[in-house]
Amino acid sequence: MAKPAAIIGQIVLYGAFAAFIGYFSTNPIYKQIPDDVALVKLSMSHLGGRECRKRTAEELAKLPPNMRAPLDCPRGRSDTKIVLELDDKPLYEVIMHPTGLSRDGVGTVFKRFELKAGTYKLAARMNDNLVNPGYNFVKEEQITLKPAQVLVIDFNPDQGGLFFRQAKN
Amino acid sequence: MSLLAATRSVFERTEIAFDGAFGGADNPLRHLGALGLFFLWILVVSGLYLYTVLDTSIDGVYNSIDWLTREQWYLGGVMRSLHRYASDAFVLVMFLHLLREWAYGRYHGFRLYSWVTGVPLIWLVFISGIGGYWIVWDRLAQFSAVATTELLDWLPLFNGATARNFLAPDLINDRFFTVLVFIHIGVPLMLLLGLWAHVNRISRVDYLPSRRVMLATLAAFLLLAAVKPAVSEAPADLAVVATGLRLDWFILFLHPLTDLTSPAAVWALIFGVTILLFALPFLPHPARQDIAVVDAPNCNGCSRCHVDCPYEAITMAPHPDKRGHQIAIVDADLCAGCGICAGSCPSSTPFRSQQTLVTGIDMPQQPVDVMRQQLETGLAKLTGRHRLVVFGCDQAADVRPLAGTDTVAISLICAGMLPPSFIEYALRSGADGVVVAGCRDGGCEFRLGMEWTRERLTRRREPNLRQLVPLDRIEIVPVARGEDSKLATVVAEFRRRLETTPETHSKIPAFTRRTQHHG
Repeated sequence: MAKPAAIIGQIVLYGAFAAFIGYFSTNPIYKQIPDDVALVKLSMSHLGGRECRKRTAEELAKLPPNMRAPLDCPRGRSDTKIVLELDDKPLYEVIMHPTGLSRDGVGTVFKRFELKAGTYKLAARMNDNLVNPGYNFVKEEQITLKPAQVLVIDFNPDQGGLFFRQAKN
Repeated sequence: MSLLAATRSVFERTEIAFDGAFGGADNPLRHLGALGLFFLWILVVSGLYLYTVLDTSIDGVYNSIDWLTREQWYLGGVMRSLHRYASDAFVLVMFLHLLREWAYGRYHGFRLYSWVTGVPLIWLVFISGIGGYWIVWDRLAQFSAVATTELLDWLPLFNGATARNFLAPDLINDRFFTVLVFIHIGVPLMLLLGLWAHVNRISRVDYLPSRRVMLATLAAFLLLAAVKPAVSEAPADLAVVATGLRLDWFILFLHPLTDLTSPAAVWALIFGVTILLFALPFLPHPARQDIAVVDAPNCNGCSRCHVDCPYEAITMAPHPDKRGHQIAIVDADLCAGCGICAGSCPSSTPFRSQQTLVTGIDMPQQPVDVMRQQLETGLAKLTGRHRLVVFGCDQAADVRPLAGTDTVAISLICAGMLPPSFIEYALRSGADGVVVAGCRDGGCEFRLGMEWTRERLTRRREPNLRQLVPLDRIEIVPVARGEDSKLATVVAEFRRRLETTPETHSKIPAFTRRTQHHG
């Protein structure tokens, strides 16, 4: 039979165990971002362009009839350049490299920016074939960010290229 | 003092302090592995109940668990809380178990297999735990899913693609949760398989702690379920950042750590710790003990050593010289060098007349012949009126300072290597009493040494202490390393008790060994 002091000791120690588990299972409260901050995420997965060359008539004639494709396209893909500007000031610039040994896979980028809630002019520019100058995709928009709101900068050719994904305010 | 020695000292002191409240058999700190397994069974039972009501559609997954928590709080809510708190406690005891085994130096030599097979289990526990939080699909799940995928995407293997699954609410579909549940069941099954491998080379595994410990910890979880039931955060909404969260710091601490540092730093920590844990047994460490050696002519194949070995290091095979008999075979990789086998061997009796005592299985660093010589020489030198023999254990309190004009002190590799016949031999050769000191209950360095010794001396295990030996002249003392003064006090009290005992009371016939000089 355990002595009363031992029983009290057990109650105290098991109580401390329960208190420790109970407290750290939910505390301290964690805030990933301050209350007045919103999040902009640049997330893109894109296959860069490639420079195709039109074959001459002589070249086509030398090929077997079943392989006379009019265009000669290399397997490798171009790097993709993305530039972000916030209120006409540079925010971020990145070059996405194609993946794979033959550089023929999609390039990806993921980057998050914490911004104070408010209204901004956000611009995203993209060039997915760097043999050409300038940017072949551009998206500029006045955005309003609420605290804790998430805005995603993404690319989808079916949605016209670059687009901003944001819950309706 | 090194970090390892300091950590060991903290564990030793805390365990001794806890023994005061719990006793050795019920001391949770001495049974962390078994306690973890008990928590795992709570997780399995509560998890199976939660699974039966889970609707794996996007809206259903949150609503079904929320309904369970609020409407069926008396059963489903309690089950959910048990699932939460048992998983947190599992992580806690897992880390304590890891730290304790490291502090006691139980990670190399014959323990290499158990150590190495334990390391991947940590990964499985966290994969299972983090995935479990996602199933609720509340703000906490959203936070963890986004944070985990962003962390994974840092690895070249994922290349930034997985976080794209959690960019917006419409990118999640019902099948995501079906896959998630499948993973949350599959990974724990792998964990169970891994645990089986983890304890595979240990005999008589404590699969569960004592009933008292199980009831007490279950009561603690039920109390928590009543006082602070596990509840969901608001439903997940990927259009906003999940923040201001009641985070489970036992399982999800990697997410704030990533925010505080960087994915690169966290992966460096994860892989660094994993590699370090795997490499630890191969780094410099104290030399291992010599292993047990079998002497074929003296092994009669009784298999007691095979039964008593705590590490399944001994197997039985046909005897090479005696037809129809078996012989013990020692696996060098598994042998701890504890000598428990020598204590179990019926040939280890000092009453044999051989000049040089050779037993069936023995320890080269401390053969039973040397033990007999130490005992005989020591007894011959004693001059006191009440003479004591104290057998001790190198892993427990040090008995050597007790040696004196009226006391012989012999320290063994483990108390379990003491053949009971040595106690009878000591009492019949002039000793008035015998003290056997070893590790505290549940704290035996070689798991079963003190338990087997106690059973042998109380005649519940072969080789038994013979009936003619009076138990009132024997004192068994469980004392941990460092408790030298406590041991000295117990020995002094035992001596006083013997002094008040009439000289003729429970004395057994004297014995003088006839010696022969040809083996």
